[in-house]
Amino acid sequence: MSHPTSKGVSRRNFLKGSGAAAAASTVVTSTVAQDAATGTNVVAGEKSISLRVNGKSMTAKAEPRTTLLDVLRYQFDLTAAKPVSADGSSGASTVLVDGKPVMASTVLALSVAGKEITTCEGLDDAVPKAFVAHDAQQCGFCTPGFVVAVRAFINKHPDATEEQIRAGLNGNICRCGTYANVLQAVISLVKGNQNG
Amino acid sequence: MKRFEYAQPRSEREAVQLLADASKQTAVLAGGTDLVGLMKRMVVTPDRVVNIQEIDSLRQIEADADGNVWIGASVCLDEFLDEKITDQFPSAKQVIQGISSIQLQSQGTLVGELLRRPGCWYFRDGHGLLAKNGRLVIDGDNRYHAILGNRGPAKFVNASRLAPVLITLGAKVRLIGPDPDNEQLLPLSSLYQTPASNSELENVLQPGQLVTHVVIPPHGQNRLSAAYEVRHGEGPDQPLAAAAVSVEVRLGRVEQAQIVLGQVAPTPWLAQPAAESLRGKVIDEEMAVIAGSEAVAGAIALSQNEYKIQLAQVAVKRALLRAVGHDTGGLDRPIISEPAESHEQHIV
Amino acid sequence: MAEVNYSWPANHKARLIGKRVDRLDGMEKSQGTAKYTYDVNLPKQLIVRALGCPHAHCRVISVDASDAEKVPGVVLVHWVKAPGPGQDPVEIQADGTLLVAVAAESEAAAAEGVSKLKVEYEMLEPFVADYDLDAAEAKKRTKKAGGGIELDEALGEPGDDDDEEEWEEKTIQKLFEQSEHVVEGRYGIDVITHCCLEPHGTTLRWEGDRLIAHLSTQNVSRTDDGFADALNITADEVDVTCEYIGGGFGSKFQPNYWGIAAAEIAKKTGRPVKFMLSRDQELKIAGNRPSGFIDVKLGADENGVVQIWDSHHWGTSGFDGKTVAVTNFPYVFAPKNLRRKATGIITDNEPSVAWRAPNHPQACALTQTAYDDLAAKMQADSLDIFLRNLENIDSPEKAAVYAEELRIAADLIGWRRHWHPHGKGRQQGSVVEGLGIGIHKWGGTANTSSCLLKIHPDGGVQSYCGTQDLGTGTKTVCAMVLAETLGLPIEAVKVNIGSSTYPFSGASGGSTTVGAVSESHRRAAQDALAKLFDLVAKKLEVPADKLEAANGNISVIGYSDKAMTWKQACSLIGIQPLEVTSDYKRGGESPLSSSNVAGCQMAHVAVDTDTGVVKIKKMVAVQDMGLIINRKTAESQVYGALIMSIAAALFEQRINDPKTGAFVNAELDTYRLPRLGDVGELMVHLHEPESERARGVIGLGEPPVISGGAAISNAVCNATGVRVPTLPLTPKRVLDALRGAKG
Repeated sequence: MSHPTSKGVSRRNFLKGSGAAAAASTVVTSTVAQDAATGTNVVAGEKSISLRVNGKSMTAKAEPRTTLLDVLRYQFDLTAAKPVSADGSSGASTVLVDGKPVMASTVLALSVAGKEITTCEGLDDAVPKAFVAHDAQQCGFCTPGFVVAVRAFINKHPDATEEQIRAGLNGNICRCGTYANVLQAVISLVKGNQNG
Repeated sequence: MKRFEYAQPRSEREAVQLLADASKQTAVLAGGTDLVGLMKRMVVTPDRVVNIQEIDSLRQIEADADGNVWIGASVCLDEFLDEKITDQFPSAKQVIQGISSIQLQSQGTLVGELLRRPGCWYFRDGHGLLAKNGRLVIDGDNRYHAILGNRGPAKFVNASRLAPVLITLGAKVRLIGPDPDNEQLLPLSSLYQTPASNSELENVLQPGQLVTHVVIPPHGQNRLSAAYEVRHGEGPDQPLAAAAVSVEVRLGRVEQAQIVLGQVAPTPWLAQPAAESLRGKVIDEEMAVIAGSEAVAGAIALSQNEYKIQLAQVAVKRALLRAVGHDTGGLDRPIISEPAESHEQHIV
Repeated sequence: MAEVNYSWPANHKARLIGKRVDRLDGMEKSQGTAKYTYDVNLPKQLIVRALGCPHAHCRVISVDASDAEKVPGVVLVHWVKAPGPGQDPVEIQADGTLLVAVAAESEAAAAEGVSKLKVEYEMLEPFVADYDLDAAEAKKRTKKAGGGIELDEALGEPGDDDDEEEWEEKTIQKLFEQSEHVVEGRYGIDVITHCCLEPHGTTLRWEGDRLIAHLSTQNVSRTDDGFADALNITADEVDVTCEYIGGGFGSKFQPNYWGIAAAEIAKKTGRPVKFMLSRDQELKIAGNRPSGFIDVKLGADENGVVQIWDSHHWGTSGFDGKTVAVTNFPYVFAPKNLRRKATGIITDNEPSVAWRAPNHPQACALTQTAYDDLAAKMQADSLDIFLRNLENIDSPEKAAVYAEELRIAADLIGWRRHWHPHGKGRQQGSVVEGLGIGIHKWGGTANTSSCLLKIHPDGGVQSYCGTQDLGTGTKTVCAMVLAETLGLPIEAVKVNIGSSTYPFSGASGGSTTVGAVSESHRRAAQDALAKLFDLVAKKLEVPADKLEAANGNISVIGYSDKAMTWKQACSLIGIQPLEVTSDYKRGGESPLSSSNVAGCQMAHVAVDTDTGVVKIKKMVAVQDMGLIINRKTAESQVYGALIMSIAAALFEQRINDPKTGAFVNAELDTYRLPRLGDVGELMVHLHEPESERARGVIGLGEPPVISGGAAISNAVCNATGVRVPTLPLTPKRVLDALRGAKG
């Protein structure tokens, strides 16, 4: 979450051209300058970063505004995490960063440089198998995000009760309505203790 | 997103210096769950984003010698939830559990939650915090807007779900900047303001200022705290109304009380008269109802949000009942399956 | 070869048909390796984003794209609906209408380009109050949408001297006077959007003059035509592929104008293009379901059987000003005397498109809430009233099916245990509980479909069909039918779907897909098998009609030792594969498929009368669908439909700003959908007695999404004793209704 310290410019004003700020820098190529006061690196434009994705070292080119989701999908062709909502409301872009579930659509790629990323493609198959066994998918577009969220949930709550599942897995939206089946899949995993 | 510069300082001092560059609009990045979406919609368009997640001093939850619990600005909601020292603040944990999205809990920070930008759809659609001096809200669809503190141009509701709780617990925030040597401890309630003009925000932070910690004093033995949110459904969506209470009870009677409403005003709303009305009283159903009515006595509905007055009133009542260990009644948990019966069907 | 008699195996003989089979592409989907249109990345592709009009009603005067063109990474600015330089202004009547598209090297550059477009608008007055008939009339925003009077012949005819209208009016008045119970009410249901999680869009490229398009579509076999028509080429020059689709629900039958724009941009730039809508555009312009509002008066006899229905309904489908067809009212029930009138409302919104069971959910909710109010007024048991009114329904032959389904559902939900007269239940604190019913109907006839089946001399089996899998489990159904027919394990058949280069199969709309592919695949497999039997018969020196295919063998019925393995049998085919193309034409009489189902749902809700919060305790769906192919995916369809009903009944609605007309909640944080914790306990009962199974396959996608709204609304009314007239039943609406009832 954020705490911006300055006021944004209204998009609509911007479109009308009234009172809109001029574009900031037009630099695209990599510039990593040192901030005069602090000596901290300030990145503008594109930069090369290394990530560990599903156990492999990978290199990506990212601008400050490039999201982790865009890197995964467009540079690594790892498309399990889906772009559904800009603000993460749907949970469809869920991946693990250092083992914790986050929404890749709201993570800046530069902020996870050097971290361990696990996408749905890189998970063990216990949760996907339970999803198949309980048919916890229809169109399947939300499914990988749900699978990652379930993996994280079970890691944290291996003995979850039905009530805990219903109260804890509300970060993912499914439009086809597979929640009843997802619930059964998760119950089978916590009961079956197949989550090791 | 507009193009911006990115920096990842290692110390608070560096962070403040990076944020205080007067030539630039700057923004603080922690979990990113709010900021990144707003930048995508170009509602927030900073020239520089300062990621504070790599600053060691902001990562801890720890108690000082006086028992005050310090929570750093990059501590995530789940870390607060899982931490033993914070078990003394069950009302805060109730609210975090109510967010009920494992992603939001593990990505979002507690400080970021306190500074979440308003959910007002006019604001999020780029019409500014005041939405054309309040006109868009007055003439528009204001079902989720303010019922208290709404006489000025600001009609949005403060988005934080945790602020009411932490205010009742007497939390403070530690601020630094814009001068790196400038440090202050501010009562959390003073962090918020109702903007009167377009140059103001919903908080008092100046460019270059950073909230580094939330500091919660130890929870007294005789103190009872609870929160209640009225939610349309489960999940991370904004509640419709909320209340947090904290009462000190001796021999069954209230010595002191704090009641703060959420989702009803441009700031967390301190219901002082309602809290006063409890002094010396025993909290029971009747008293809780009275306090609830008192809490919304000054409410003024907009064209479509009169129902929120009742919701706020009920939230206060239920938070009070919860605090003293009574059943709150009502529906605020997911329904679970009945025990399996004899029929053979597949039951979910 | 003898004539092939198409049929399904008897229930006790079926190895796969009717069983629970995991979907074949399940692991690809849940491991995230399934590639949807959005996921297909083509080398050197451009990303396209478009500027959606921010106003519901305006004229776009001009666009200045010079700053957008300067954004690093922007390759092309393409005019969509906005007037090009020098062109006349264009009137826009829907928030979100795509004005100008920007193609760029990355998502970020495209979005930045869009943000730099400068548009000059002339504001026009918007109208969005679809619920307000008077306001619409005052603003000349209405369109007549039909109606008329139908009276029971037994009431006679107007005499020669009578004015016909006057006579009818008098007759209707008389019918109401004779009614023991009269109910009048106003009910409504808001617009919802399709909100596909994979937004509409395409990833495409040109290969010379050939367009190769990945399209998120429910209509693989016909969207090549859609592209071709718009681009002035022929359909043979377009290949459409859709292996996976992230939701459609009736909204993805066309390439749409943004798909055409994508093709044009790809042509202009000579590069592949990905053009997917943003989330808010998906909600604003890519599909919505019309609203419905009704003033209705009904009169019933002493038993609560409705004798006269008198209604005027209205609603909006957007700026084309249509409403639910008048013939949908009343729904399922068909009293002998009807007066109906319909009015379309023109609002400044994108026109609606088909939404899972078009017109039915609205008609059901607006009809069966009124019927339930009759039960409330009589303080009668809603179940009794619904059962008694089965004597007047539009498909009388279904009355027994409804009665049986209602009995089963009542059992499963514990109707007798939990029932109480409306508003008379036990109150626990502020919480009251109630039960409600809805019943529905659907056609679900099989669509036209063709299957090419190849049996190779080495025993390999593969099929090709230009159908698609919306989540239905189409691929699995195809494989089950082939494997069952050929006596092979399901893994032994390779099913290919999702390409316009395969034999034609109709669009997946109206619950027509499982019927369609069952028809074509069963026929192809039976046809091919007959040919194979001829070869085997010769070899084994038995008549072909004495052979059967089972357990990987072709054997003489009753003599399992007189057999050949599948592989041996196939070796008789010769050098070239045995190829069969078999098809089914929609509407043709067939022993394999049929149409028309019933179905009912019941809801058990809890209502917090202090907060207006409604929670589903339990919902039960009882559904007939003829013969079930895959029980597992069939059940999933019904669960999904129940949850969609909960969404529309309690959560989702398009919110138009009353002043500006803007669609203010077009993001998922405010376009509320239920989440896992919101759905309560759900129970699905597939009703498949032999009498239904014998009818063959009937589509299942739409029916279970229809009556949940009515059931939930009725349950809330049963709980509180107060009708919350308009769906969704938000806390605000519930509290407003409760307060209104208190006076």
